[in-house]
Amino acid sequence: MIKSALFLALLMPVLLSAQLLDNSRPIPSVEIKTLDGKTINTSTFENGGKPIIINFWATWCKPCIAELTNIDEVYEEWIKETGVKVIAISIDDSRNATKVAPFVSGKGWTYEVYSDPNSDFKRALNVNNPPQTFLINGNKEIVWQHNGYQEGSEVELYELVKKLAEGKPLNH
Amino acid sequence: MKLFFFKLNCTLVLSVLVTSISAQQVNQGELHGNFQLDAQYYNIDSLIGAPVVKEKILTNGFMNLWYTKGNFSGGIRYENYLNVMQGFDPRYKGSGIPFRFASYKNDNLEATVGNFYEQFGGGLILRAYEERGLGYDNAFDGIRIRLQPTKGIYLKGLIARQRTFFSLSSGIIRAFDAEFNLTEMVNKPDAKTIVILGGSAVSRFQRDEDPIYNLPENVAAFAGRLTINRGKFNIQAEYGYKYNDPNATNKFIYHPGQALSVTSTFSSKGFGILLSAKRLDNFDFRSDRTAAGIGANVNFLPALTRQHTYNLPATIYPYATQPNGEMGFQAELSYRLKKGSKLGGKYGTEITVNFSGTNGIVKNKVDNDTLGYSSPFFQASNQMFFRDFHVEIHRKLNAKWKATIMYLNWVYNKDVVQGLSGFGTIFADMGVVDVAYKINSKHTVRLETQVLISKQDMGSWGMGLVEYTFAPKWFVAIVDQYNYGNPDPIKQIHYFTLNTGYTNNGNRIMLQYGRQREGIFCVGGVCRSVPASNGFSISVTSSF
Repeated sequence: MIKSALFLALLMPVLLSAQLLDNSRPIPSVEIKTLDGKTINTSTFENGGKPIIINFWATWCKPCIAELTNIDEVYEEWIKETGVKVIAISIDDSRNATKVAPFVSGKGWTYEVYSDPNSDFKRALNVNNPPQTFLINGNKEIVWQHNGYQEGSEVELYELVKKLAEGKPLNH
Repeated sequence: MKLFFFKLNCTLVLSVLVTSISAQQVNQGELHGNFQLDAQYYNIDSLIGAPVVKEKILTNGFMNLWYTKGNFSGGIRYENYLNVMQGFDPRYKGSGIPFRFASYKNDNLEATVGNFYEQFGGGLILRAYEERGLGYDNAFDGIRIRLQPTKGIYLKGLIARQRTFFSLSSGIIRAFDAEFNLTEMVNKPDAKTIVILGGSAVSRFQRDEDPIYNLPENVAAFAGRLTINRGKFNIQAEYGYKYNDPNATNKFIYHPGQALSVTSTFSSKGFGILLSAKRLDNFDFRSDRTAAGIGANVNFLPALTRQHTYNLPATIYPYATQPNGEMGFQAELSYRLKKGSKLGGKYGTEITVNFSGTNGIVKNKVDNDTLGYSSPFFQASNQMFFRDFHVEIHRKLNAKWKATIMYLNWVYNKDVVQGLSGFGTIFADMGVVDVAYKINSKHTVRLETQVLISKQDMGSWGMGLVEYTFAPKWFVAIVDQYNYGNPDPIKQIHYFTLNTGYTNNGNRIMLQYGRQREGIFCVGGVCRSVPASNGFSISVTSSF
């Protein structure tokens, strides 16, 4: 009995640390632009302890647009149920960066959209190709990522968001 | 009992030790990175003009490994080309660590040594970046400092050489940029109008080793920019000037370079407009005056046209900027017909209309032929380089179906854009129909049909695609491109490919088998011509 209790006591910190080390890391600190040209730092992303979805996209990336359009349809519901916030990072370079604001308006999206015109933030998060989605927990740690988009993938994403909103760990 | 306490002590000590080690581990920073491997097995296929590949198998691969701890970060990238794949520059030879850096950053200072990427404003006189998929990488190797001395002021300075494949180009780049957000400086965060001013200077030093010509060893370029934002309106302008810079692209003339780009936009919910104009005159700027093709570019001059995603418009006749002189414009309107309206349908309908065009500039002869020519600033020549008019409509019909249709009308001066002769100007009409049917929440089938109708060059093309996706992990697709209108009946070829891919979190594997058409593949502002090929290819990417 005592032995197993001791064993547990010994194991606890290991387990704890293993969990803490479970690939989670803070949002890197990188300067990006708002769509009206202001400079902001990505480490200031905030959602009052609720989950955040960071999505890398571009105006020329078809699956990205499909993903953001599909999430847009259910976004209000997601916010109501979990308080999640979607932050869409456009990696369009200066050829298309000025297009992002009218493009987003034309789509009627209500996300927080930023411009990463020289891919500094994309590089800091080691994204190969868009779309790439990151899930941030209430402690502002990156806990999950997914590359690419297939119709319906947002269902899986939302299941994970709900877990985070309830404070449950993600076991993927 | 003693033994028990001894055991307990040991356990406690161990436990504390483990805790402290693990706590240390938590603060040990994070190691993260990404990886990609592309490999292709090449079949012999003389019909499509595929070059014979002696090695049979070619691969490109890289891994980034970065370490971050608090204010410190550092990292390396290993790259491997054994041998480099078809369509990439053969100067990517062998393997090495061409990218390594260390960086310290706090609230108002960032210092980086080693390799880094940078962009001043829109990149008109300076931009270092990478497009790994295109084999483009003009990273700097040197020292950079970014400073934010007070609210609203952003300063950057760098001194570096530039990467060209596995070596550095011969010039040294010294550059400085300042950006002032006037609205933040006067501390009026609620101001309705945002005004941002910026200015930069870039200087290249390269020794003159030419036995005949007296070439400038120091070449300077300056640029100024302005952004004004008020509510839904935004205007951005950038002007650049480059002193005499005889180089391989401008055929060693001493004519100074100029560039201007102006874009204004209006965005309100469900509606967006963009108007843009640009002029370039002799504005190719490299860290090596003798460099040609892709390589050693200091500045970034993207094409002022829509960047297409559908295969035929994106890869058969894409426009590429002519840095020696062009004048262009672009207008784009995006509109969303409201959900539930008569025209918009239950889910709304999105419409995009875009028109862009580029001509040459007027070049008048001058007596002093080292200057090359003189050019009136506000005048375009009659020589048409490119036109693109298109309309795109996207609509979700019901819970199961959605569709995109698109019509395009193009004019493409193949001789000018690709630097060839005898092809002339190509006129083409294109159409796209893209329909997706959702079987259930995870399974979707997508059908895509594209057609390009032209009487010139390779004639007309058709393309068909069937794609089946099983979210969130699998996809399978069959694609056929058919050059049915080629004036040479032997070249009326089918390019058939079978594709499949698997994604799991940050990892992805894609396989492809079949014929790849010769084409021009572009990402961002750069294009790469890819020769025809036939074979099996695999691509593995991972982000961690």
